Amino acid sequence: MAVHKRSYRGYAGQLTPLWSRFLIITRYAFKNVFQWKLLTAFFVTCFFFPLICAVGIYVNYSTHLMATFGARWHFDVDAGFFFHFLNTQGSMAFILTALVGPGLVSPDLANNALPLYFCRPLSRAAYVVGKMLVLVSLLSLVTWVPALLLFTIQSSLAGGSWMSANLWLAARIFLGSGIEILGFSVLALALSAWIKRKLAAGAALLAVFFFGAGFGEAANAVLRTNKGALLNLGRLIATVEAHLFRQPWRSPISAGSACMVLLAVSGFCLWLLARKVRAYEVVRG
Amino acid sequence: MPETDCFIAHMTAVSFVRMMAELSGLPPGAALERAHEALFYVGLGEARYRKLGTYSLGMKQLAKLAQAIVHGPKLMILDEPTNGLDPPARQRMIRLIHEMRDSRELQILLCSHLLRDVEETCDEVLILKAGRQVHYADLEEERRTNKRFLELETAGDDGGFADALENLGCECAVTSGQRMKMVLPENFVIRDLYRLAEERNIQIRRMNYRRDSLEDIFLKAMENSDGRS
Repeated sequence: MAVHKRSYRGYAGQLTPLWSRFLIITRYAFKNVFQWKLLTAFFVTCFFFPLICAVGIYVNYSTHLMATFGARWHFDVDAGFFFHFLNTQGSMAFILTALVGPGLVSPDLANNALPLYFCRPLSRAAYVVGKMLVLVSLLSLVTWVPALLLFTIQSSLAGGSWMSANLWLAARIFLGSGIEILGFSVLALALSAWIKRKLAAGAALLAVFFFGAGFGEAANAVLRTNKGALLNLGRLIATVEAHLFRQPWRSPISAGSACMVLLAVSGFCLWLLARKVRAYEVVRG
Repeated sequence: MPETDCFIAHMTAVSFVRMMAELSGLPPGAALERAHEALFYVGLGEARYRKLGTYSLGMKQLAKLAQAIVHGPKLMILDEPTNGLDPPARQRMIRLIHEMRDSRELQILLCSHLLRDVEETCDEVLILKAGRQVHYADLEEERRTNKRFLELETAGDDGGFADALENLGCECAVTSGQRMKMVLPENFVIRDLYRLAEERNIQIRRMNYRRDSLEDIFLKAMENSDGRS
C-alpha cells in the first residue's frame, strides 16, 4: 500500500511476540506523560533529596571535605536513615501518582477507546499491566532505586562488613517500596477508570488519602476506638514500613492488620478495574 | 470499526493509527510506514499530523477506517460506516469499501440500517430481527432474477400481442388495458419483443424491469417474520 499507489493491500510481514504488546501501551503512555512540562519539572525535583543524601554520605566518610568545610556533624546510615528516606520519597511518590495516575485510563474511557484496544490481540490484563507499568517505573525511580543506590554508596564507603551486616536492609527497601508503589498504582488506576475526568480523578486520589485520615480520626474520637486508623492509608503504609525497618512507631494497629487492610484495598481496586476496563460499556437510561 | 466515536483525542492521527498497528503486532517501523499509507489511502494524508480531537465527524470516520485497515486484516467488520456523514463523505466511504472489497484481500462484514449503502457495497445480505436471522439474500442472484420480470405499457391495437408473446415462451398477465406484466423465459432476447411490436404496429411506451430493491426485500422479510411469530 505505497502512498503513491493508494490501494489496499494486506500485511504479510513479521509480527511482534504477543507477550510484548503491553509494553506498547506503556511506551505511548510515557510519551503522553512527559508532554506535561510541570510533571517533568516535578519528576526532576524528586531526585534532589536522594542527591543531597548521596553527597551527605560521601562527605560523612571524607575527612578531607569535613575539614575543608569545617563540618562537625556525622550521621549514621542505618535502618532509621532508610526508613526516613523512604518516608520522604514516599511523599514525593504520592504527589507523582496524583499527577500521573488520573491521566492513564480516564482519557481512554472518556474517548471510548477501549473497544479499539480490545479488538486487537491485547487482553484486559495486559492493558492494565501496561498502564500500571508507567506508575511502577516512575515511582520505582524515586523510591527503591535511589535508596538502593545510597545503600551501594554506603557499602562501598563503609566496607564489606557494613554491607554484610545490613544486607537485610536492601531487601526491606525493595519490599517496603514495593508495597507502597503497588498500593498507590492500583488505587490511582481504579480511580482513573471510574472517574472519567482527569482532574476529578486526581482530586479523588487526594481525598481518599486525606479525607480518609480525617474521617478515621473523627471516627476514633466519636466512637472512642482506635480502629479509625484503618482508614488512614498513609499511616497504614508507614506502619508496615516501620515494622520492616524495625523502627519504633506508635500506632494503634499492628503491622499485620495494616498489611491485611492494604491487601483488601488493593483487591477492591483490582475488582473496580476489572469492572470498568472492558471492551464495551453498558449505558443505562 | 465501531459505530460510535472512539479514538484518543490528544493524539495525532498518525501516532494513533501507528499505535493501533503496533498493538496488532506490527513492528514499530512497519507500523509507522503503514500508518502513513493508510491515512493517505483514506484521504487524510494532509491532516495526518493534526490531533484527532480537532477532526470533523467525517474525518473521524475515516481515521477509524484507517486504524481498522492499517494492519492489513483478512476480515473487517464495519458498523454503520456512513453514519452521520454528509453526501460527499458518504460517497468517499462507499468508494473505499468498494475498492477494498474488489481488492479481494479482505472480507468485509458491514452492518447498517442504511439499505442503500448495503445495496451498493455488499454481495450477500443477512437480515436480522431481534437477534435472529429472518432472511438471507444473494444480491447478485436477486438482480439476475429481477431481470426476468418485465412491465410493459403499449399504445395501439394490441389484440393478440399477449398471445404472440406467450408463443415465444413468455408468461403474460394483462393488468389494465395497455399494461401487462411478463415473466421472460431464460433465453429470451428483448429484440424479439420489439420485432413483434413492429409487426403488429404497436408502440411500446414504457418498458421496465421489475426492480426489487433491498428495501422491498427487507420489508417482505419483516412481514414474513411477523407472520411467523
